Amino acid sequence: MGETSGKGSCDGYDVAIIGAGVSGANIARRLSAYELDVVLLDKEADVSFGTSKANSGIVHGGFHHNRKYLKSRLEIQGAMMFDRLALELDFPFRRCGIVVAALHDDEMLAIDQLYRQGVENGVIGIEMCSRERMLGLEPKLSPDTVGGLWAPGGGIVEPYRFAFSLVESAVKNGARVLTGFAVERAERSGERWTVGASDGRAVSASYVVNAAGLFADEVSRIFGAEEYRIRARKGEYYLLDRLTKARPDRVVFPVPTSVSKGMLVIPTVEGTVLLGPTAESIEDKTDLSTTRSELEKILGSARTMIPSISETDVITSFAGLRPTLGEDFYIDISAKAPGFIQVAGIQSPGLTASPAIGEYVKDLLKKAGLRLVEKGDYDPYVEKRPHMKDVDHFAADGLVKKDPAYGNMVCRCERVSEAEIVAAVRAGHTTLDGIKYFTRAQMGRCQGGFCTYKIIKIVMRETGLGWDEITKRGDASRILKDTL
Amino acid sequence: MKELRYDAVVIGGGAAGMAAALELDGAGLSCAIVEREENLGGILVQCIHNGFGLIEFNEELSGPEFAERFEDRVRGTGIKPYVGTTVMDIDVSGGDKLLYCYSAEYGILRMSCRAIVLAMGCRERNRGNIRIPGSRPAGVYTAGLAQRLVNIEGYIPGKDIVIVGSGDIGLIMARRMSWVGCKVHAVVEILPYPSGLTRNIVQCLHDFSIPLYLSHLTTNIVGKDRVEGVEITPLENGALMTEKAFTIACDTVLLSVGLVPENELSKQVGVEMNPMTNGPSVDSRLMTNVSGVFACGNVLHVHDLVDYVVEEARRAGAFAALWLKGERAKLEVRVKAGSNVRYVAPGRVDAEADNKIYLRTLIVKNDATLEVRVNNRVIKSVKKTHIQPSEMITVSLGAKDLAAAAGSPDPVVEIAIS
Ligand SMILES: Cc1cc2nc3c(=O)[nH]c(=O)nc-3n(C[C@H](O)[C@H](O)[C@H](O)COP(=O)(O)OP(=O)(O)OC[C@H]3O[C@@H](n4cnc5c(N)ncnc54)[C@H](O)[C@@H]3O)c2cc1C
Ligand SMILES: Cc1cc2nc3c(=O)[nH]c(=O)nc-3n(C[C@H](O)[C@H](O)[C@H](O)COP(=O)(O)OP(=O)(O)OC[C@H]3O[C@@H](n4cnc5c(N)ncnc54)[C@H](O)[C@@H]3O)c2cc1C
Repeated sequence: MGETSGKGSCDGYDVAIIGAGVSGANIARRLSAYELDVVLLDKEADVSFGTSKANSGIVHGGFHHNRKYLKSRLEIQGAMMFDRLALELDFPFRRCGIVVAALHDDEMLAIDQLYRQGVENGVIGIEMCSRERMLGLEPKLSPDTVGGLWAPGGGIVEPYRFAFSLVESAVKNGARVLTGFAVERAERSGERWTVGASDGRAVSASYVVNAAGLFADEVSRIFGAEEYRIRARKGEYYLLDRLTKARPDRVVFPVPTSVSKGMLVIPTVEGTVLLGPTAESIEDKTDLSTTRSELEKILGSARTMIPSISETDVITSFAGLRPTLGEDFYIDISAKAPGFIQVAGIQSPGLTASPAIGEYVKDLLKKAGLRLVEKGDYDPYVEKRPHMKDVDHFAADGLVKKDPAYGNMVCRCERVSEAEIVAAVRAGHTTLDGIKYFTRAQMGRCQGGFCTYKIIKIVMRETGLGWDEITKRGDASRILKDTL
Repeated sequence: MKELRYDAVVIGGGAAGMAAALELDGAGLSCAIVEREENLGGILVQCIHNGFGLIEFNEELSGPEFAERFEDRVRGTGIKPYVGTTVMDIDVSGGDKLLYCYSAEYGILRMSCRAIVLAMGCRERNRGNIRIPGSRPAGVYTAGLAQRLVNIEGYIPGKDIVIVGSGDIGLIMARRMSWVGCKVHAVVEILPYPSGLTRNIVQCLHDFSIPLYLSHLTTNIVGKDRVEGVEITPLENGALMTEKAFTIACDTVLLSVGLVPENELSKQVGVEMNPMTNGPSVDSRLMTNVSGVFACGNVLHVHDLVDYVVEEARRAGAFAALWLKGERAKLEVRVKAGSNVRYVAPGRVDAEADNKIYLRTLIVKNDATLEVRVNNRVIKSVKKTHIQPSEMITVSLGAKDLAAAAGSPDPVVEIAIS
């Protein structure tokens, strides 16, 4: 994303947030409502390139975890905040509801427990269902279904678009974003922290929020704060073409096990279908590879719930890493490092909880002494951008009359026009992955086979970058190696 | 929104689309070609190698040369080519068919017509379709994308290359990348035989000493930011020999693992698909189940030679013209794929007309026999010196051949290979 700034380029801030995933982005946006200088730092080439880009994209139903956990309380609060946020921030979100399918009579016991937990957690509208009710709610379910749970409030969201919109809103309200800023040093002098990046850049701030996901443990160490270890648990997925006949209307969960919510069938908000995730503990926190053995489990498991799933519909696979630290989130004021807030162990349901994490961290900062004065001119809305895929032919006609680039279809599979690619580049997304997450171009059935070269040309034209500066996701991920 | 009217609209301006449009124009009908790229020619434009037109022009042309000859013909007619224009939606619910087309130059067009020829070509299967596990670094491209980058944009996507799949595009790219100074370390094929044309194996691999690993599966792609290698595992009797797996260091993986006809638009209007070809099921006149919607070229079934594409497309164009003039097929008889035949296209013949049938076999064999049977009686037998799945076979069936079918109450034509 390079460098995006709302305000002038001062390097002294009230709050520096390390990590621009959904946690950091929500915190930054929430703080941008106050008279504060806020900077959001991320080591990657764009925001939301960590765990926040590769997950199930579910706004959970509030029945999976006991209220004794902070994560459960924040999940329930966060889930309720999404309607308002979607209105303000124009990201894809829909409350399609969640079903948990029991395939054997003995699984109904677990369904009963989930139901009670949901009721205790205050979830609205949750129901225990008969076989008939389940098949009515989701006709694609296996005929073996014996019953299950229905949580109508559960939903689906495009997590990276959510993060991008949050960051855009924060920047609009004066926050600054520095990408490619890998925090590796911290010094305390007087009442302030100086935070240094591996490339020599530095910023100073009175308060620092550690929302560094998988690497929150390392960041904590850099600041001399609490010692802990984040472990990665990998989740692999298959993505199915939007034309698959197996697309359910609801998010379909199996009955959970003690370690995970199980492998799901998710109708993504953009029309494709996601199968997964698996759950496997791994050592290397940068290992996003998929494995044959894990992927095989997915199809098998998904088919027990929705038998019509076919491997011929698979368009891609990917993996995400859950940053785990015991059972719960660890969000607190550091007892060791002054002015340092820990936002660590944000595993599932971190996406759902993230808006509430923003509120919670704002209150912790206030408790730690930060003065919060509301801005008079805070604007919670971001500009709504048209998507050719969503408009009818008459609206399309209007758009093309204003800007002919809307008529030039760059990505045939996801119906993305040149104008939308240009908008992504102008919003600071200049890597192929950044453009993919912002526009969906390269995300469909051909996976960029047809449009990659077109996107490369548009980025070069719009940014003046050379062919050797075009990357998939920054740094060493160069696309081209030479010219003829 | 601009409103336009034609007798017929051809979707796709590749070899198939141009050939079909020329027939329609020749029959005195008004016709437009809608092509989403900036030029006519389709995939031919990036195939700068020779090997096109041996049947059509009796000489070996490059892809762009072949395309140019057709383009020149199109220019000399009343055909209106809309380039840089994408057909987004088709509506066949009313009397006339409506096509909504998007273009930067022309804006949004609504074309109404009575007949449509589908000639959208195909797309490449990708990594996800064949489910290669591993990391997701830069440097994994389809061979066609690499071909485009090198031949048209002038960029070299990588230096040390492994090609997965022995389809024609991959073989051609093995040679192309060698020519531009890259090292092609291997071509890896899961099947026991290559899936590209024999002439390409010789000219593109043997001549450059590029090893071809048959019966080998690509089991992993490694590399964080950019590809660092691929793991390859031999297959023995269908089982993975995990202990014999090895890794080839490279910075680029090119995938040539098959083509899929692009039928999203066809499906949108309810065109029935043939699961064997991934293209529409068509009658003897190359018409789909949706009346007035015809299909030809790679969108109907994947062809290996452009000469067959134009031959088939001419027939489609001519049939569309006849249909527009009110003529219908006479005596439709179903054609079945018999033993050792993967598919036949079209899946029907007109027992009272001359028919051309394309088919692919399932086997590799020398001195094979192709038999056409009507109600289990052999009506035609053809010797083939060599057959293999990658090389399409054509059969002509005239009204004389099919006389037996014409006389039978419920005839079945079957084509088998032994
Ligand atoms: C497989 C899977 C499925 C999931 N499904 C769901 C779901 O359906 N619903 C749900 O609610 N939750 C889900 N989650 C959980 C959710 O995705 C996470 O809780 C959430 O994305 C965490 O966001 P974050 O901002 O805390 O972390 P991240 O998104 O990882 O952000 C941390 C950021 O910190 C940056 N960073 C790290 N170190 C440094 C450094 N030294 N300097 C600068 N920057 C640094 C990283 O680059 C990264 O961008 C799932 C998680 C996984 C893995
Ligand atoms: C790499 C490669 C090498 C080959 N080598 C040889 C060879 O040596 N000799 C030989 O004889 N044959 C060869 N062939 C085969 C032959 O060239 C092709 O089969 C033939 O050109 C296909 O023609 P087509 O018109 O069916 O498809 P295409 O050329 O793919 O044309 C389809 C066109 O439709 C357009 N289109 C699709 N959807 C839409 C839409 N919605 N709106 C508007 N336009 C649309 C596409 O942009 C495209 O231009 C090769 C093919 C390839 C891919």
